Amino acid sequence: MIRLRGIERIFRVGEEEVHALRSVDLDITAGEYLSIMGPSGSGKSTLLNLIGLLDRPNAGRYELDERDVTGLTDDEQARVRREKIGFVFQFFHLVPRLTAAQNIELPMVLAGVDPAERRERLRKLLAEYALEARARHRPDQLSGGQCQRVAIARAMSMRPAVILADEPTGNLDRHTGQEVMAVLERVHHDGGTVLLVTHDPEIGGRAQRTLRMIDGAIVSDQKADAGGNGGT
Amino acid sequence: MRFADVLDFAWRVVRGYRSRTLLILLAMGIGVAAVVAVSSLGEGARLYVVNQFGSLGTHLVIVLPGRSETAGAMPGVLIGRTPRDLSIDDALALKRSAAVRRLAPLIVGAGDVRAGSRSRETPVLGSTHELMDIRSMEMAQGQFLPVMDPRDSLPVCVIGTKLAVELFPGRSPLGQWLRVGDRRFRVVGVLASQGESLGFNTDEIVIVPVAAAQALFNTEALFRILVEAKSRESIGPAKADIEEILRLRHEGKRDVTVITQDAVLATFDRILKALTLAVGGLAAISLAVAGILIMNVMLISVTQRRGEIGLLKALGATAAQIRLTFVTEAVLLALGGAAVGLAAGKLGQLLLGQIYPNIPFTSPWWAVIAAPLTAIVTSILFSVAPARRAAKLDAVQALSKR
Repeated sequence: MIRLRGIERIFRVGEEEVHALRSVDLDITAGEYLSIMGPSGSGKSTLLNLIGLLDRPNAGRYELDERDVTGLTDDEQARVRREKIGFVFQFFHLVPRLTAAQNIELPMVLAGVDPAERRERLRKLLAEYALEARARHRPDQLSGGQCQRVAIARAMSMRPAVILADEPTGNLDRHTGQEVMAVLERVHHDGGTVLLVTHDPEIGGRAQRTLRMIDGAIVSDQKADAGGNGGT
Repeated sequence: MRFADVLDFAWRVVRGYRSRTLLILLAMGIGVAAVVAVSSLGEGARLYVVNQFGSLGTHLVIVLPGRSETAGAMPGVLIGRTPRDLSIDDALALKRSAAVRRLAPLIVGAGDVRAGSRSRETPVLGSTHELMDIRSMEMAQGQFLPVMDPRDSLPVCVIGTKLAVELFPGRSPLGQWLRVGDRRFRVVGVLASQGESLGFNTDEIVIVPVAAAQALFNTEALFRILVEAKSRESIGPAKADIEEILRLRHEGKRDVTVITQDAVLATFDRILKALTLAVGGLAAISLAVAGILIMNVMLISVTQRRGEIGLLKALGATAAQIRLTFVTEAVLLALGGAAVGLAAGKLGQLLLGQIYPNIPFTSPWWAVIAAPLTAIVTSILFSVAPARRAAKLDAVQALSKR
């Protein structure tokens, strides 16, 4: 579903050039649960941003669902993001003045989904992520775990092909982190593709497939035994 | 993105940042209110002058001695000496014109008016009984000057209400004698209170027969001849007749100025309209200032909401959608500011009306439309730059900062 070939990403910091990604080749099939691990500065977030079409490679080819998306215009990329990609961030990135329900609804609002359809999907999402009691609360009235559940529900609202999670547990305590991981793994179980960036080996080890990156290159690509310890 | 959702989103932003919203509403409100209030001040002055001329009487043609080469309003005021004075015979000759209904010669001066031990310096008008109809005066007591030959100097006078109270406190002035300068006059009537009318407070004047005024001020010359044309259409012919009759009487010289009320009115109307526009324009500068404030506040807002903008991009918002939400936000603020400003402007106008009840303060229609429109247009213009900056924001960087 995702096919990267010869991806290069070079940042220019003053006079210096930083090679964030070096000839990255990667294939991800639908329904995979994959974690990307590595020290900070190893390029794992850059890779995630490229896959999420928030960033463009300096060289190489990126195909999403058999379609070359490297050369799309900004607006075309925005449309692809809206329909195929769901983001989950370390700092949740909820809009502070909107309630949990309104935050979850936001991608559907941007996509211009019909209000009746929106309400119906919202109701299902709230139920699915056990947020019904919190629907009308604002982010500052929610716990970290609840915030991240809202963020995951938001990422799922457009039924994307792939969920990109950048350190989703990085801002949570261990216990809450486990809870959030359980939610993400349920997405995977229901057939979703999940890409997870983390530097916590315990979290990363739960995935079926683990990539290791150092200095912008993928140095290992391990697949756990079938089933692995991903599900619970 | 549906338009209703854009509105809803912008509305939540406006509500979400209250102090910021209040600040912009205040700035916009002051701008709009200033335009409305200041222009209603100018318009009020214009209407005041127009009404004053209206109270002068209808179809009025004014003849004044002297003529300047450049045409314009009231040149006689600027010229001290004239080659030939207007006389009572000149005035009477004008009755030959078929277009003239009636006329009143006018002499104006100031005199020391005494009754018993009381004395008062007041304007003294010399005229005939026709002045009453031409100036649409009304009597409170007694009668106006009697119908008589204007060349006769009858010792009677008509006085204003205030003068009546001041000179004859507690008793009826009718039939009483008063002294103007060195001549005695019997009071035959008291004018009804009319207030200010073109520089004269009719409550304080003394009106005497024109011949008596000539003797009093020791002059043959008339100050004005007030002529009433038969109809609005006959104002033009009346003016032409008057000029011709006086030219023949003055040995072929055109040495009088004939002005019509319309011409004077039109001049004042033009001047005051221009004035209103000018001060309204000055007030509109404050709207531009408010626009710049909106731009600054929006730019700050873009910086503060970097994370949110990055998120919107990650969620699939196009650059156009992000620009639209920012511009919509500015328009909402401008609409609110315009509403606040219109309300405040109207309130100020009412207050002004309370303080100066004589002046009809009304905001001209163009100000009521132009002020909010300017507010909205400036806020759109000034929100374009912040909106573009927001749309251009790099999503990765915007999201990485917390």
